[in-house]
Amino acid sequence: MINSVAVGISEYRTARAPDVLVAYALGSCIGIALYDRSTGLGGLAHIMLPDSRISRCLGVEERKKYADTAIGDMLAELKRQGADSSKMSAKVAGGADMFKSGGPALMNSIGARNAIAVENELARLGIPVIARDVGEDYGRTVRFDLASGNVTIQANGKTEQKL
Amino acid sequence: MLKSYKELNERHVDTIGEIGSIGAGNAASSLSRMLGENVAISVPNVTIDDYSNIIGSLDNPEGSAIAVLIHFEGDIRGIVLFVAAIEDAKKIAGRLSGQYSDEDGALTDIGTSAIMEVGNILASSYLGSITQLTGLNIDISVPYAAIDMMGALLAVPMIEFSVDESKLFLVKEQFYIGNDIVDSQIILFADVPSLAKLMERLGADL
Repeated sequence: MINSVAVGISEYRTARAPDVLVAYALGSCIGIALYDRSTGLGGLAHIMLPDSRISRCLGVEERKKYADTAIGDMLAELKRQGADSSKMSAKVAGGADMFKSGGPALMNSIGARNAIAVENELARLGIPVIARDVGEDYGRTVRFDLASGNVTIQANGKTEQKL
Repeated sequence: MLKSYKELNERHVDTIGEIGSIGAGNAASSLSRMLGENVAISVPNVTIDDYSNIIGSLDNPEGSAIAVLIHFEGDIRGIVLFVAAIEDAKKIAGRLSGQYSDEDGALTDIGTSAIMEVGNILASSYLGSITQLTGLNIDISVPYAAIDMMGALLAVPMIEFSVDESKLFLVKEQFYIGNDIVDSQIILFADVPSLAKLMERLGADL
């Protein structure tokens, strides 16, 4: 029985083969899929902001909002479940500017800033990014199949593509 | 004084519903003038939910939708976002322009701008009724419009308030135009001090 589990905004979920993790309609948010092929363990994080230092009260739930805290926390959980971080790789999607045409400057930079923060954090954690689909001005749904490690991207009005 | 969305009680929710009713009622009148047709409106449905549940609880988060976003600042600050599924928006566009979609049912440029204009008018008149009602002074930004996945569009204003908040309230309403029922949402995002000020002006300071 394959479970399909939705990962909401500022959440992360871990799972193992043959489950499927889905982050629906990412805009400037980013979906980060971590996968350890050797155990079939993986996780999908759905972050919305780059840097937790702007937070005034950084609790367990708040840490899931930010690139610099959520990815590390998810990695720690995967390790507790038996994943081997040296065999781990990452795929990354999202970080769009949804109101590109003349949108407010602050909001329009958030997707790009999220993308940079995610790359920096994965580099700090020593996890190679093997595929990415970030930026542009459209939403994306990310499906992460733990059986194969495949990540597919469904963009608005387009056919689903393998990342 | 209200400190967080988490503290919103039943009376606050009723007041938010009231704000929604008045705003949407005003929006319906503007739409009626624009279309030259009667436009009725349902009683708004107010929900307060966690960010993590909002997108997942949509009927079709990946569905194509139109959104118009307006920033406001002054005595209070926040965002008004009008969102409707494309199929619902087409019911309005069809009344404004004959060539709103091509043979495949895709929106034409004329149809797109007609829908965006409608969204703009609805969002502005919603905001206008709030300022009239409360006497608060606000300046509004130019409207920003986009057509994309509903979930991705809804997330945009959520992100702007996400440092301090993990909950938001949605006010959904239905417009009845002729024989058509048009589902849409006009969402008011305000930071907590602004919301508290709104409540106070409306006599629900608890």
